[in-house]
Amino acid sequence: MLSEELTQIPAISALAESYGAAILEGGLSRGEAALYVDPVRIIEICRFLKDEQGFSRLSGVTAVDWHPVEPRFEVVYLLQSLPAGQGGPPQTARLRLKCRLHGEAPEIDSVYGVWRGADWYEREVFDLFGIRFREHPNLTRILLPEGWQGHPLRRDYPKHGHKYDYGEET
Amino acid sequence: MSFVQNQFERNFLVTSVDYVFNWARKSALWPLTFGLACCAIEMIASTTARFDMARFGAEVFRPSPRQADLMIVAGTVTLKMAPVLKRIYDQMPEPKWVISMGACSSVGGPFNTYSVLQGVDRIVPVDVYVTGCPPRPENLFYALLKLQDKIDRMSLVKRPTEVRLTENMLENFKRQIMVSQVRQPSEPLIRVQA
Repeated sequence: MLSEELTQIPAISALAESYGAAILEGGLSRGEAALYVDPVRIIEICRFLKDEQGFSRLSGVTAVDWHPVEPRFEVVYLLQSLPAGQGGPPQTARLRLKCRLHGEAPEIDSVYGVWRGADWYEREVFDLFGIRFREHPNLTRILLPEGWQGHPLRRDYPKHGHKYDYGEET
Repeated sequence: MSFVQNQFERNFLVTSVDYVFNWARKSALWPLTFGLACCAIEMIASTTARFDMARFGAEVFRPSPRQADLMIVAGTVTLKMAPVLKRIYDQMPEPKWVISMGACSSVGGPFNTYSVLQGVDRIVPVDVYVTGCPPRPENLFYALLKLQDKIDRMSLVKRPTEVRLTENMLENFKRQIMVSQVRQPSEPLIRVQA
């Protein structure tokens, strides 16, 4: 079900061979591949990509909120393989993994066990989107002050916060 | 100072002492090294050789609030920074003054968002506001001269911040911090004075 172009990329064809059932769909945009994968198997997939395919660097974790649409959230993992890594491709390759999550109590496994660098990225996504990462060592707010209610980058969060709810400001 | 309150107001002794004190205070303002955003770059530039803030006797930026008497709030004040700013202001010894530099610290600037305090005067009393985004160093100097004029009108028989700091302001500050944190306020908040 993956397109011809995608399966020509060695990392993706190897992934499709081992975890074909977990890849939901894929696309190629401006030479960069993006795969929608099953959120339940995210750790296995990430570990495979890191250990077998040389994606030794997690350059970012972020999220997208498509508010009225369900499943509402999309967690995005930006992976990079560095040429120096053993068994990696001869040049730098990038891969995007996306997981769709439902809006009711969105939860996904933390990839902290695979890349330590995921620690603060996942805290930021939790802080601003309210997506919980299971097994994360310290899932607390990282940008907003402690005790803040709500998650501001959700699309149903009021743009001005809650300060107009009081009738104090005009 | 309260024992002389209202007793010697405007007599020759006090006015002469006022003159000396005010001259000393306004001629050697010690600003606090406290920059929050891009306005801080202009604040730094105004101390450099090209603009030379030293001409106005305010070039000694102190890293400690204990040694400073002028706080130039240069930049966007976020709700996370607001309690810190308030604490730093409280740590400065009296008499102390505040210049709100730029649109952000004066009224929130373009950032009418969930995380930005809409004006630093909600938490600390401001003496001079500077417009601009960011203001040029000349604007800051003008504010400094205005502040010097203001200091010149001070009198020993009144505490300098007496008029400006009220209990109301502290409560207003607490409310500001709460605003972002409570979704459904159980009781309507009282409107503060305009």
